Amino acid sequence: MKWTFFHRLSSPKWFYEISGRCLVWTGAAALACTLCGLLWGLLFAPPDYQQGNSYRIIFIHVPAASLALVVYLALAVMSAINFVWKIKLADMAAACLAPIGASFCSLALVTGAIWGKPTWGAWWVWDARLTSMLILLFLYCGLMALRSAFTSQDMASRACAILAMVGLVNIPVIKFSVEWWSTLHQGASLRIVGQSSMDPSMLKPLLVSLAGFYMFCLFVFLLRLRAEVVWREWRTSWVRALLERSAPHVL
Amino acid sequence: MSKGLALFALLMRDMKLALRSPGDLINPLIFFLLVVTLFPLGSAAGEAHWLAEKGGTIIWVAALLASLWATDALFRADFDSGMLEQLALAPEPLWFTLLIRILVHWTLSGLPLALLSPLLGIMYGLDLGHCGVLLVTLLLGTPQLSLVGAVGAGLMLGVRRSGVLLSLLILPFYIPVLILGTGALDAAVRELPWVAPLLWQAMLLMLAVTLAPLGAAAAVRMALDG
Repeated sequence: MKWTFFHRLSSPKWFYEISGRCLVWTGAAALACTLCGLLWGLLFAPPDYQQGNSYRIIFIHVPAASLALVVYLALAVMSAINFVWKIKLADMAAACLAPIGASFCSLALVTGAIWGKPTWGAWWVWDARLTSMLILLFLYCGLMALRSAFTSQDMASRACAILAMVGLVNIPVIKFSVEWWSTLHQGASLRIVGQSSMDPSMLKPLLVSLAGFYMFCLFVFLLRLRAEVVWREWRTSWVRALLERSAPHVL
Repeated sequence: MSKGLALFALLMRDMKLALRSPGDLINPLIFFLLVVTLFPLGSAAGEAHWLAEKGGTIIWVAALLASLWATDALFRADFDSGMLEQLALAPEPLWFTLLIRILVHWTLSGLPLALLSPLLGIMYGLDLGHCGVLLVTLLLGTPQLSLVGAVGAGLMLGVRRSGVLLSLLILPFYIPVLILGTGALDAAVRELPWVAPLLWQAMLLMLAVTLAPLGAAAAVRMALDG
């Protein structure tokens, strides 16, 4: 087995080169899928027989909510990799993922509130899923605040890694305790295994929109991570060479 | 000196040091009493029924805030005096010595809160039986608060001005503790079965005892390296 491949994965320079090549394609795919999914969902999908047109917000709400969770998972995995193997790139990734996850989490909360007003009759109800999303937002905020509280990069990275891992252990606990406490939110209608409880005419645009949001998240993540790599590695010769080529006025 | 003796000596040292500054011990208790006393004054005089129903929640939230306040000082003095460095160098694993530190902290901050609670419950008009349930939920809950708080306190060691940051970090982890604690009491008040939430609480306590000291030790080591 060639372990050099594995080592190359953690090299900021290698990442910068590879991501530079994928960037345009990711952005284009994100734009195409999101536009297609949203136009299809907002204009052409049939209205719901009970909720009318207000259900259409799911084409934004569901992808955002799913990403808020997935991004935290990725953040925790990156933190664990950084904590165990002290890989700088993993820490940079964790640092970039926190604001992205927080944005998707806020988007899910806001779209949920907008949908909740006509459907449940209230902007906010103390329901299990809403509350656990709010707690997730607090976790993201805590991670970002903790990172900015340290002056030393190394300590910030270790502290955030510990907090992210403790958070990962706690997420199921929070989820189950809150669910046990009260629930009003409907169960998931999308299933990976088995039959989804949604009509295909609504499910298809939702899936396209999901794909678009995931690509968009990846695109933003790559952009942020590239900036972070240049920012943290500016002393290295390859970044200086890069800057001399593309932005000589910075040096 | 054998290992057990060394750990016992550490326990006694922490106890003695804490008892020498009684002000620090009493402050969170006074805060707890003040918050609990203010709630009935803030509600209209004729709402005794409401107090008896929701009193447990108020006592729980007050205990949670008092415990949050006490957590801030958990490792600070030992960190400043260099004691934590010595503990990290000692042959005993750091997580175990920190667990002793947390145990002492809970005995002097969480335990008095829990023991006071039945008295406050009576003031709120709770039945004696419900006061007992309140006591048990706090006895199971406050050690969790101390344990989870220890991770946050460890992370805060490397930061000069912690302030609100500590609350932001650990409040999300306090929420399950609060939900299960008040859930058991609420079930008891409504005469529903209340043992299941207590068992869940006990399970979470076990989880916290096994995992939180490891997290706290990792955080303390990070602060010592920095």
